[in-house]
Amino acid sequence: MQSYYEATARERIAGIVDAGSWREILPPATRTLSPHLAALELPAAFDDGVVIGQGTLEGLPVLVAAQEGGFMGGAVGEVHGAKIVGLFERAKTHRVAGIVLLLESGGVRLQEANAGLIAVSEVIRAICACRVRGTPIIAAIGGKFGCFGGMGIAAGCCTSIVMSEEGRLGLSGPEVIETARGVEEFDSLDRALVWRTVGGKHRFLLDDCATLVDDRQSAFRSALADALRKGETLDVASLERQQRMLEERVERFGRCSDGEDIWRGLGFDKPASVPLLATDAFVALSRRLRAA
Amino acid sequence: MDWQAVARSLFGNDHDIVASGDFLCGTGRCADTVFAVMGSTNHAEIGIELTLALAKEVIRTMRDHPRRPIVFLVDTQGQRLRHRDELLGIHRCMGHLAQCVELARARGHRVLALVYDQALSGGFLASGMMADLCAALPDAEIRVMNISAMARVTRLPEERLRALAQTSPVFAPGAENYVKMGAVDALWEGDLAQCLMAALRDAPAHDARRELGLTRGGRMLAATIAERAASE
Repeated sequence: MQSYYEATARERIAGIVDAGSWREILPPATRTLSPHLAALELPAAFDDGVVIGQGTLEGLPVLVAAQEGGFMGGAVGEVHGAKIVGLFERAKTHRVAGIVLLLESGGVRLQEANAGLIAVSEVIRAICACRVRGTPIIAAIGGKFGCFGGMGIAAGCCTSIVMSEEGRLGLSGPEVIETARGVEEFDSLDRALVWRTVGGKHRFLLDDCATLVDDRQSAFRSALADALRKGETLDVASLERQQRMLEERVERFGRCSDGEDIWRGLGFDKPASVPLLATDAFVALSRRLRAA
Repeated sequence: MDWQAVARSLFGNDHDIVASGDFLCGTGRCADTVFAVMGSTNHAEIGIELTLALAKEVIRTMRDHPRRPIVFLVDTQGQRLRHRDELLGIHRCMGHLAQCVELARARGHRVLALVYDQALSGGFLASGMMADLCAALPDAEIRVMNISAMARVTRLPEERLRALAQTSPVFAPGAENYVKMGAVDALWEGDLAQCLMAALRDAPAHDARRELGLTRGGRMLAATIAERAASE
């Protein structure tokens, strides 16, 4: 499976870790099921929609969690969240170069309501605590369901994010906003609008993802390895820089009503052509504009 | 209870908390301890501006007042559901706020939160739910979404969810269910100043919510599964 977008969680892991290095923790044979879905007589999964384990990535020892969009859109329930939280606990006692999160999730699993919300909160806190300890956490986003809800916040806590153009990253999904505020606020069926708002290229231009890659497993693999090799410390100075960057963003682009307005502001003469550019050409051009 | 009444119960007249719009900010003194107080009111929708205002205040507290304890006063209807917030990266702003709270904790600031009115999902994740200890007033409302909306989104029959909510803390909105599940330490009643000082003394330094959920019988699997994932 070459395409990251099309791949399942297990295929993605096979595509990024070194051959023969993978060991899954709490594999499907352990039947780690959600009790809450059973209470609603809904189908469950033996891994509760997330695969965790350890392996090496270009020789670097890593812990990996991969969410399976094919099961409830990767939504986080009690068991799903606890598996990810446990993986971060594991990083305290196992020497690793970093933690890789292959995120694909709509956020809280509403069928588990309060348990889902608390689980997401525990994941966010585990990521932040791990960052303070200095372990790099790299997220990859490029699946069909994108990365939304509390898992969008979780992604925003990571050291670095690798996305493909097809990836989507945000807090409230377009359907949620349309349901709450109407189609005039956000037309969730307008695919081009959705991608201009939460898609990989827009996130890259705003520096919400550090690396943009083609939709190939091998491209994700090498970008993840590169990101793991770059350490980054979380301290008051780095948070002050991040605060300034975000405040300047709101000041500069707060009146923009569309992604294209922001891209124009960033120096693209023909913002309408941004979605058409091949990844390499797009990345090169945006680097030139950023430097200018 | 409105925020002024909450502030009075916590600090008497010894506080300078002010509201600018929906944003609350100031300091309060309780038994010789000065707290940095921040939060929201009017069931605020938490958008990018409010998120960044909170983050700025956490950073300022770290810079200017090392180890000063922080109290979040929580009243939110959730994250602001607007195209503009998504366009500008509200998820990133909230991730930034969560990182600020975590770093403050690591630098020796105790972080407490009090849900004094409403707390809904996204508005609560990067502030109150990041605290060392989160408490709530007895009539506070904490939930992901209401049962009718949940029924609509999940396509499960509403009567079914209402019936489940009677027996399971997982499905029912309400602060007491979050107590059972370990996400809220306790409901604060009576002398709030005394509750605050006890919380400052007892707040755990690590995320103890899943263990609490297990002890209290409201969330039976999280602690065990996390432990197995960490060690097997």
